[in-house]
Amino acid sequence: MNAVILLFPGTNRERDMAIALEKATGRKPAILFHQETALPPGTDLVVLPGGFSHGDYLRCGAMAARSPIMPAVQDFAARGGHILGVCNGFQILAEAGLLPGALLRNASLRFLSMDCHLRVERTDTPFTSRWQQGEVFRAPMAHGDGNYFADDATLERLEKDGRVAFRYVTPGGEVTEAANRNGARNNIAGIVSENRRILGMMPHPEDLVDPLMGGTDGLPLFESIADTFAAA
Amino acid sequence: MSPSAEPKMTKAIVTVMPKAGVLDPQGKAIGHALGTLGFGGVGEVRTGKIIELELAETDPAKARALAEEMARKLLANTVIESFRVELA
Repeated sequence: MNAVILLFPGTNRERDMAIALEKATGRKPAILFHQETALPPGTDLVVLPGGFSHGDYLRCGAMAARSPIMPAVQDFAARGGHILGVCNGFQILAEAGLLPGALLRNASLRFLSMDCHLRVERTDTPFTSRWQQGEVFRAPMAHGDGNYFADDATLERLEKDGRVAFRYVTPGGEVTEAANRNGARNNIAGIVSENRRILGMMPHPEDLVDPLMGGTDGLPLFESIADTFAAA
Repeated sequence: MSPSAEPKMTKAIVTVMPKAGVLDPQGKAIGHALGTLGFGGVGEVRTGKIIELELAETDPAKARALAEEMARKLLANTVIESFRVELA
């Protein structure tokens, strides 16, 4: 499986992402700079990691979403390519219009750096097949703008089509306001595209893939990706 | 007046505001702080941003259309923000 991690100025989670992908798939991902205009031939998965691309100027992800590599990513998506965006990567995918909605400033105005619990809302996606439906896992989060917003009509469509991949919940799996620290609508932590091949999520599964990191709760996401391409 | 060799510029002012119904925690915090300072009677407070552009386009209609295109493509995220363009 050929994964490509995009690197924007201010991206800082690319190494953890590379470790997680290599651990699950056995292949080292390529790292591609934002000024490139084409993806390497044979790319299976494009990953937009976390960080603070372009210093979060204007809006988080706004500049990166308009960088030279992005038309190639749009083409890749249009051809049914698989894309994973985590944290700033999710913000970039939303700014690029590859996923609906936007990530607003956290409702508390605080930068949130802590563990959260996510409930897996569907397992028939290339990113979640290793989990059980409704399973709860722990993931670190670290963001100032993770408050998922979509207008009522968009939100209704997302829910109706089952495009919510992960929700913020209590460790016991309950959707509560307290578990929803950034104020996201419907406790949404991650969503998929209509064809379920694009996933955007705020928390960082790549930061829990080894006992040395304090756990392996995030590993199933990368193993699911490995399965997707092993089966293909 | 002698004709100037300098190309004339038009200044466009783009105001970007969160749309109605979009949570504006900064506005809320500012409203709260105003209350703390003793300012009564302050209703909703909304925060946005102003972007000033110097454009090498002297035709006002064209300058406005250009600034609006820039706003749609980059300056505002129309999922959450509305914008208006004024020429100075």
